[in-house]
Amino acid sequence: MSAHQPVGGKIITRPFMVLSVLFMIAAAILLARFVLGLGPVTNLNDGYPWGIWIVIDVMIGTAFGCAGYSVALLVYLLNKGEYHPLVRPAMMAGLFGYGLAGMAVMIDLGRYWNFWTLLWPGYMQFNSVMLEVALCVMAYIVVLAIEFSPAFLEKFGLKDIHKKLNKVLFFFIAVGILLPTMHQSSLGTLAVVAGHQISALWQTQLLPPLFLISAVLMGYALVPFESILASMGLKRPMETPLLAKISYVALIVTLIYLAIRVGDLLWRGALGLAFTGSLDALMFWIEMALFIVPVVLLMKPANRIKARTIFISAASLLVAGSLYRLNIYIIGYHPTAGGSWSYFPSVTEMLVTLGIFSLEVILYLIFVKRLPVLHHAPTA
Amino acid sequence: MTVNRRQFLKMAATGVGASLCTTQAQALQRETLKVSPDAVGMLYDSTLCIGCKACMVACKNANGMPVESTDVNPMWDTPLETSGETLNVIKLYKNGTGEHKDQLDDGFAFMKRHCLHCVDPSCVSVCPVSAMTKDAVTGIVEHHKDRCIGCRYCVYSCPFGIPKYEYDKAFGQIQKCQFCAHLQAKGEIPACCDVCPTGATLFGRVDDLKKESERRLQAKPGDRYVFPRGKFGSDRPPHEAAIAQYQEHVYGLKELGGTQIMYMSAIPFDKLGLPVNVPDYSYPSQAEGIQHTLYKWMLAPAILLGGLSYVVHRNTQKKDDEKNASERRES
Amino acid sequence: MSDYFDEVLTDLDEYIDNLGGVSRREFMKFCTGVAATMGLASTAGLKMAEAASNPQRPPVIWLSAQECTGCTESLLRASHPTLDQLILNAISLDYHETLCAGAGHQAEAHRLLSMKQNFGKYVLVVDGSIPTKDGGIYCKVANKTSLQHLTEAAAGAAAIIAIGSCASWGGVPSTGPNPTGAVGVSEIIKDKPIVNIPGCPPNPYNFLSTVLYFLTFGSLPELDSKSRPKFAYNRLIHENCERRPHFDAGRFAIQFGDEGHRQGWCLYKLGCKGPETYANCPAILFGDVGSGSWPVGTGHPCFGCTEQGVGFTKGIHELSDVRTQTPPDQYPGINENIGTGATTAAAAVAAGLGGIALGAGAVIASRLGKEDDKNAAEERKEQESPS
Repeated sequence: MSAHQPVGGKIITRPFMVLSVLFMIAAAILLARFVLGLGPVTNLNDGYPWGIWIVIDVMIGTAFGCAGYSVALLVYLLNKGEYHPLVRPAMMAGLFGYGLAGMAVMIDLGRYWNFWTLLWPGYMQFNSVMLEVALCVMAYIVVLAIEFSPAFLEKFGLKDIHKKLNKVLFFFIAVGILLPTMHQSSLGTLAVVAGHQISALWQTQLLPPLFLISAVLMGYALVPFESILASMGLKRPMETPLLAKISYVALIVTLIYLAIRVGDLLWRGALGLAFTGSLDALMFWIEMALFIVPVVLLMKPANRIKARTIFISAASLLVAGSLYRLNIYIIGYHPTAGGSWSYFPSVTEMLVTLGIFSLEVILYLIFVKRLPVLHHAPTA
Repeated sequence: MTVNRRQFLKMAATGVGASLCTTQAQALQRETLKVSPDAVGMLYDSTLCIGCKACMVACKNANGMPVESTDVNPMWDTPLETSGETLNVIKLYKNGTGEHKDQLDDGFAFMKRHCLHCVDPSCVSVCPVSAMTKDAVTGIVEHHKDRCIGCRYCVYSCPFGIPKYEYDKAFGQIQKCQFCAHLQAKGEIPACCDVCPTGATLFGRVDDLKKESERRLQAKPGDRYVFPRGKFGSDRPPHEAAIAQYQEHVYGLKELGGTQIMYMSAIPFDKLGLPVNVPDYSYPSQAEGIQHTLYKWMLAPAILLGGLSYVVHRNTQKKDDEKNASERRES
Repeated sequence: MSDYFDEVLTDLDEYIDNLGGVSRREFMKFCTGVAATMGLASTAGLKMAEAASNPQRPPVIWLSAQECTGCTESLLRASHPTLDQLILNAISLDYHETLCAGAGHQAEAHRLLSMKQNFGKYVLVVDGSIPTKDGGIYCKVANKTSLQHLTEAAAGAAAIIAIGSCASWGGVPSTGPNPTGAVGVSEIIKDKPIVNIPGCPPNPYNFLSTVLYFLTFGSLPELDSKSRPKFAYNRLIHENCERRPHFDAGRFAIQFGDEGHRQGWCLYKLGCKGPETYANCPAILFGDVGSGSWPVGTGHPCFGCTEQGVGFTKGIHELSDVRTQTPPDQYPGINENIGTGATTAAAAVAAGLGGIALGAGAVIASRLGKEDDKNAAEERKEQESPS
C-alpha cells in the first residue's frame, strides 16, 4: 500500500474559477502572439531580446522546479529517508515547473516551427550552451514524467508496470539528478558570453556554480513553501518538523551560496559597484537582503520550528533566487551597442506569465485532489 | 646578476602570484580563434565618410530590404538602428554646435553600423542549431534562417548588438549583414563598399586592410594621401585628400578577439558607440571553455551518472528491502 | 547700304525705347519679381517700385581693383531688371570705370565731387581684390593704389557691396602664392557695413536684389557669418541640386562621358563642390534661358567659386566635404532611445501583482504566526499538566 493518497474534494472551486479566467486571458493573448508576432504583444526589442517569458517563466520557473531535484539529492544521494514523503509533491512541482517552462519556450521562440532542428544531429552545435540546456531540459521533462508516473500507475492500479518501473527507477532517479546539475549550471553559463553587457556585480566565471547552488536552495525553499500553502489551502495538518529540517538544509546551502557569491565579488573587486547609487546597486542590495534575511531568521534553532519563520524564510529565498536571475538577465543586462535600449514587460506580457502560473496552480489542484501525490495525512 | 635571499623570495612570491592570477582568469578558457589568412573584411574610415548614405540605399537594394521609416509621415528611409528591415545604417555623433567634422567638441562624425564579422563570433558560438556560421576561408558570418529556431540567443549575446529579429511578423526571422556573400559569390564586392564615393568603406583582404590602416596611422596628419576606393588593390580611380588626425588605434585589431570589419576615426571609438575597455579575448572563448571543460566527450557527466546510479541504486535497494521486510512483518 | 543702316538704326531706336520707356505695368512686374527672388512678400514689390522710381536716386560709386570685369559683364546680361533700368531709373551710378560716360580726369573729378556731395550717403560697390603687398602698387588707377581708392571712398560710404569672389575674399588673385597679397574688401575696411556677393561671376540677381533691398528699406538684407545675403547664400548648392536624388541613392558619375554621366547622375565623385558651397545657383540659374543653365546642369561639377577655401583652392577633382545635413539627411544618433520602458499601465499591473503577492504572504505569515503561538501554548500546557 502506498503512503500517498489523493486529497479528494471538489475540483471546481472559486479559486479554480479565478485561475481559469486568468489562464483564458493568457490564452487569448497568446492567440494574438501567434497571429501578429511577438512585437504587438510584448515589449521585446533587439536590445532586450529576452523578456520575462524567458527569465521568469523559464529560468525562474525551472529553478522553482528544482524542488524535485533538491529533494532527490537529499533522499537518494545523501540517503535521508525521512524526507521521502516530500519526494512526490516535489517531483510534481518539478514536472510543472519544467513542463510549463517548456511551453513558455515554445511561445517565446521566434521560429518555433523549426524546433525540430534542435534534435537533428547535423545541425546540433555543440559549442552552444543553449543546445545543452535545450536537450537537457527536454530530457529532464521526460525523466520527471517517468519519476512521477508511479502516481498515475497507482491511481489506475497498474501494478505490473509499477513493479517493472521500480526495478529501473534508480537509473531515472540518477539521470534526474544529473540533468538539473548540468542545465541549471548551464543556465548560468548562458550569461557568461554576454561579457561586459552584464554588470560586474553579477557577471563572473562562477555563474555556473552560483546558478546551480541558488537553484538547489530555491528547491529547498519551495518544498516548505508549497507544503505550508497546501496545508492551509487544503486544510491539512502542517508537516512542521520535517519542514524545519529541510529549512535547515536550505540554510546550509544558502550559506554556501553566499560565501561563494561574496567571495567572488571581493576576489574580482567588483563590490565597489554596489555603492554607486545606481539601479543595479539598489537591486543588488535588495537581492542580497532577501538572501540574508532567511539566514538570520533560520540561524536560531528555536525559530526553525515556527511555521511562520519557515514560511517567511522560504518565500524570501524564492524571491531572492528569482531576483538574482532577473538581475542577471534583465536588470543588470545593459545592451550597450546600437542605442539606449529600454525594456519593461508590457501588460499583456505579464498577463501571459500570470496565466501560465495560474495553469500551474490549476494543475496542482487537480493532481493533488485526484492523484496520490501528498503523503498520508498523519491521523490527527 | 646576484640576487640575495630576500629579493629572491620576493620575486618568487610575485611570480607565483602573477601566475595564480593568470591561471585564475584563464582557467577554463580556450584559445581565441585566429583570423583566416584569406579572410575578407572592410575598413571603415569615419574621417572619410561624408554621410551620403549611398551605402544604406545600396544595401537595401542588394538585399531586398524594405524602406523603414521612423517618421510620423513616412517619406524617407530613416531607420534609427539596424533592425529586421535595415542591415546597415549611418549614424551621427554630434556635440554642441556640431560644426566641425571629426572634432570631439562642437563637432560631428559619422559611424557605420552593421555586422563586424568577428574573428571569434559570439553568435556562431551560441547558436544551438548552427544557423549562424562562419566561413572557414572568407570568415563571413552568415545566417541560415531555415534552421533557425528564433531563440534570439545571438541577439542577446552579440557584444555589438547586431543580429536583429523581426518582432512584428508572425513568422519573423533573424536579420543581419552577411557582407553581401551572395554578391561576393559572383565575384562582386559588398554593395556598400561598391558605392562609397570616398572610399570610407573599403573592401579588401583583412591583411591588406590592416596594412593600409597602418599606413594611414603612420602618415602625417594634414599630408596628402591617396585613398583607394571600392576594393583595395583594384584599378578604380582613388582619390586624394588630407589625412586626418586619427585616434592612434584601429578598432577591431584586437577587441574581443578581433573583427574583420575595422574602424578608423578621429574621435574616440566609444563616442561612436563601439564598446571599449573590452578584453582582447573573445567571450565565446570563456563560455565555451567552461562548457568544454565540463562536457568534454561527455566524460564528466557519464562518470557522474555512473556514480549517481550506483549510489541511488544502493539507497533505493536498501529502502525497498526495509519496506519489503516491514510488509512481510505486517502480513 | 543706307537701307541697312536705316534698318539697324530703327532697330536700335526700338531697342533704346525699350530700355528707357518701360511701361508702368512692366516695371511693377519686375519689382514684384525681384521681391519674389528674395523671398519677400509681393507688397514689398510695390515698395520697391516706389523706391526705385524716386526722383532722388541714391548715388553709387563703383570701384574696380584686381578684376576681370566678369562681374560687370554678368550684370550687363541681366534682363529683369536690365542694368540700364537700374542705373538710369533706380540709382545714380556716379562712377564706374567700364560704364562711365566720361573718362580720365573728368571721370575722376566727377567721382570726387559725388563723394564730397553725398558724403555718408552713397553706396560703394567694389569688384576685384585689393593688392596689399609692397604698398599695393600692383593695381593703380589715376596714380593711386586700389588700397588708397578704397580707403578714401569707404570713408564716406553708407554701405559697401563687395561684388564677386575677388572683392569678397580675394578670389583668383589670392590663390596660390598670391604674389600681390590680394585680399577682399572686408580685410581692409572694418568700420562699415559690408555685403559680400561672392561668385565668379556672381549671379547678377543676387547683386540687383541686394541693391533694391537697400533702396527700399534703407538697410541691408540679413547676412550670414561671412556677410553674404542669406536670401542667396544660406543654402548649400547640394541641397537644391536637381541631381541630389542621385547622390542620395548612391548613383555617381565616375568619369566624364561614362554611363552615369550620360544618365545625369550625381557629379560628386568627379569633384563636385556643391556639398560645401553656399549659393543659390540651382534655384535661380544663369542667363535666363531656362532649366539646366548652371554648371552642374550642364554636366560639370560645381567648382565652388563662391566659397572661400574651395573655389580656386581645392583641386578640381578633389572630393568635397559634405558641410551640413538637412532633410532628408536626418541621421540617427549613436545612442537613440529604443524600446518601451515602463508604461503607467504596465508599472501599475506589476506593482499590483507584487502587492497582491506581498499581501497574501503577509496574511499567510500572520495566520501561521497565530498557529505557532497556539501550538506553543499547547506545548506549554502539555509540559505543565504532567507535573
